[in-house]
Amino acid sequence: MLIRHSNLKPCGAAMKRRTFLEKSLKIGLGAGAYLAFGNRLTTYAGDAAAKKAPFDLVAVKGGEPDIMFNRAIQSLGGIKNFVKPNQTVVVKPNIGWDVPPEIAGNTHPGLVEHIVKQCLDAGAKDVYVFDHTCDKWSSCYMNSGIEKAVKDAGGKIVPGNMEKYYQEVDVPGGKILTHAKVHELILESDVFINVPVLKNHGGARLTIAMKNLMGVVWDRRFWHRNDLHQCIADFATFRKPDLNVIDAYHVMKQNGPRGVSAADVVTLKSQILSTDMVAADAAAARLFGMDPAEVPYIGMADQLKVGTMDLSRLNIDRIVL
Amino acid sequence: MKPHFLKRVRVFVSLTFFAAFSALFLDMGNSVPDLISDYVVYFQFLPSLLKFLSAGTLAAAGFIFVIFLTLLFGRVYCSFLCPLGVLQDVFIFARNKTRKITYAFQHAFSRTRYGILTGVILVFISGSITGITLTDPYSHFGRILTHIIRPAAVWMNNALVFSLAKINVYAVYPVESVKLSYLPLFFSLAVLALILWMSLSCGRLYCNTLCPVGTFLGFLSGFSVFKIRFNAGECIHCRACEKVCKAGCMDLKNNVIDFSRCVACYNCLKACPTSGVAYQWGFKKTAPVVIGDAGKRNFLLQTAAFFFASVSSLAGAQREIEIYRSSTVPVTSKTAITPPGSVSLKNFSNRCTACQLCVAACPTRVLQPANLEYGLLGVMQPRMDYKLSYCNYDCVICSAVCPTGAILPQHPNTKKLIQLGRAKFIRKNCVVYTQKTDCGACAEHCPTKAVRMVFDKEIRKHAPKIDESICVGCGACEFACPTKPYKSIYVEGNAVHVAAEKAREVKITEKVDLKEDFPF
Repeated sequence: MLIRHSNLKPCGAAMKRRTFLEKSLKIGLGAGAYLAFGNRLTTYAGDAAAKKAPFDLVAVKGGEPDIMFNRAIQSLGGIKNFVKPNQTVVVKPNIGWDVPPEIAGNTHPGLVEHIVKQCLDAGAKDVYVFDHTCDKWSSCYMNSGIEKAVKDAGGKIVPGNMEKYYQEVDVPGGKILTHAKVHELILESDVFINVPVLKNHGGARLTIAMKNLMGVVWDRRFWHRNDLHQCIADFATFRKPDLNVIDAYHVMKQNGPRGVSAADVVTLKSQILSTDMVAADAAAARLFGMDPAEVPYIGMADQLKVGTMDLSRLNIDRIVL
Repeated sequence: MKPHFLKRVRVFVSLTFFAAFSALFLDMGNSVPDLISDYVVYFQFLPSLLKFLSAGTLAAAGFIFVIFLTLLFGRVYCSFLCPLGVLQDVFIFARNKTRKITYAFQHAFSRTRYGILTGVILVFISGSITGITLTDPYSHFGRILTHIIRPAAVWMNNALVFSLAKINVYAVYPVESVKLSYLPLFFSLAVLALILWMSLSCGRLYCNTLCPVGTFLGFLSGFSVFKIRFNAGECIHCRACEKVCKAGCMDLKNNVIDFSRCVACYNCLKACPTSGVAYQWGFKKTAPVVIGDAGKRNFLLQTAAFFFASVSSLAGAQREIEIYRSSTVPVTSKTAITPPGSVSLKNFSNRCTACQLCVAACPTRVLQPANLEYGLLGVMQPRMDYKLSYCNYDCVICSAVCPTGAILPQHPNTKKLIQLGRAKFIRKNCVVYTQKTDCGACAEHCPTKAVRMVFDKEIRKHAPKIDESICVGCGACEFACPTKPYKSIYVEGNAVHVAAEKAREVKITEKVDLKEDFPF
């Protein structure tokens, strides 16, 4: 199903997804629009595109980030299974901290660059990259190496530091977090690729895929005040990424999430890909050396049926390069 | 010789400096090279003098150059280098485009100008910078740009950014909106209004009555080697020079130029149809410029006494600082936090003229003009506002741009060990204890891990624990803490900055076997 979404783009970026859907219907764009609508809904609800993939989760180790990604994505049916020509893609790495790549506080810039290139090669119209950073955003973008990586790859690096970019949405599946302000690119883009880095974290114990989504909302203090773990699980019900790529090349084992020095880091040269955030987080926790049960939000998200933390029920492709 | 070129040189140099100043204060992406900040601000008279007093090096001796220049050619500074002077010239230029202004000789307001100068000096000697803060022309200019023009520029930039975002163009970056600080805003507006009115109605009256730098340099120019004077043989009394003299210092009736008020704009040189007015050897015998008499001296003493009295009565207010007030567990910080490199509260408050250059340059916006946190006399001097932001661990921009030595230059590695204050934990406010839920926002943001999450057996949760010895007082924990209305962690300022200990490094020694199977 190849749809020209560009015809349907709301003219104002500020338009909410729901408003957009309603408006599209009201305007009555005809059959083409109906198909587009259907496609969007399934993307929204889950991962229709990837359902045919033979594996639920791919774990790969022993190579450079781009080599590992190329190998792993094959097991999920290739990048074309996720990105259709002329679609808009948002890639969300972790760019939270003003630290250089060797501290492993942010996603590996080489991996981000490669993913952006792959999406563009697959025919993506635009590939956007952003994060709502913790430290000063422009320094994070620059010193993480990700701003340059994205520009070199032909993607668009977008600021996430102003409340204006964030739209109020409901989180119907949330227990505590029932609404949030979400970055417009998450609401508007056709494809959402989550590219977290696996790290130790003082409050959340580990930060992986679900925790990385804290960087697409505006008010994080609410989460911290109101049971951090439950809020992380709650927000995971909102829009599940179409693909999660967990960067475990350099892994910060202590002093996370910001890290103090390169002494905190081990080089695991690993990557985990899945459409299921809960499974991906559970596998990454094991890779880190922790029982997923020690990370409360993983169990909570499993209960909310965001995905499954029971890895024995999954068809996993384990690749050692 | 008719030195027309002097006016052209003046216009060129002054506009170059003016543009560089504006770029410096309106720079939104920290993109202005250090070179500009180093050289442009270097020649500012009072900042440079203050820095010389703090640092004691000739590296901060721009004011000596200015004195030297004045002793050669008079108040060149006022028309070439002073941004507030050039701003007035810009107003006058614009006004002349609509309606030509004709000036006439004015009498000097010598009591006022020497009164103000003496007052500022005495207040400074008595240990307060406030006199300079309220009168320094460079600091006035800095505040006008930072608090009036910059917010407008940021607003326009962001309006552009968000209109582009609507068509999915994200190439221009937004700037965090400037937090409007009402006190400096209103003060700068008042100064701007005063300068606008004075310059449009009476030319450089401000520089010749209210500005202590102008008065001081005017005093010095009494001893200049070269002075602009009437050439008795050539002058045809056409008054062309008097009509264009912004300073109103050309007394044709007595055939004298009050060179102490001449701002070296060289309009007269250009206007004179003959060679009736020109630079001449300054020690030639003509009617000397009288600058003082007994009446004036008495007046000066009285002014000084008045300033002295007010200063000593206000100085007490400078110590007590309280950030919040509340009924439950309020955060009470005793000492306001000064920027890294300021050495101590005392050094900072004695050297800062509140020019706001560091406020404009600070990438995280943590530096904000104080209201009463430093006491009444410290109004508008920048302080670290951890409610709004926190100090970037690697950043030394404020110390690099400060022209007065209130913040001394720091190497990033030294700066990382300067302890501005120490983090304090208020257990009764913290969600880990009050709600028994995980948080860790403070430990998350801490760059040295002075705050870390440690398992507390009592509540079976990870709770913040502080190691004050390695805390640098950057305020990241305080900023990140989500509790309302009172934070659960805050920084208590060090009145004198000290060196923090280096954070301990424990190397992870895990063996990684890349051929090993996955643990799942």
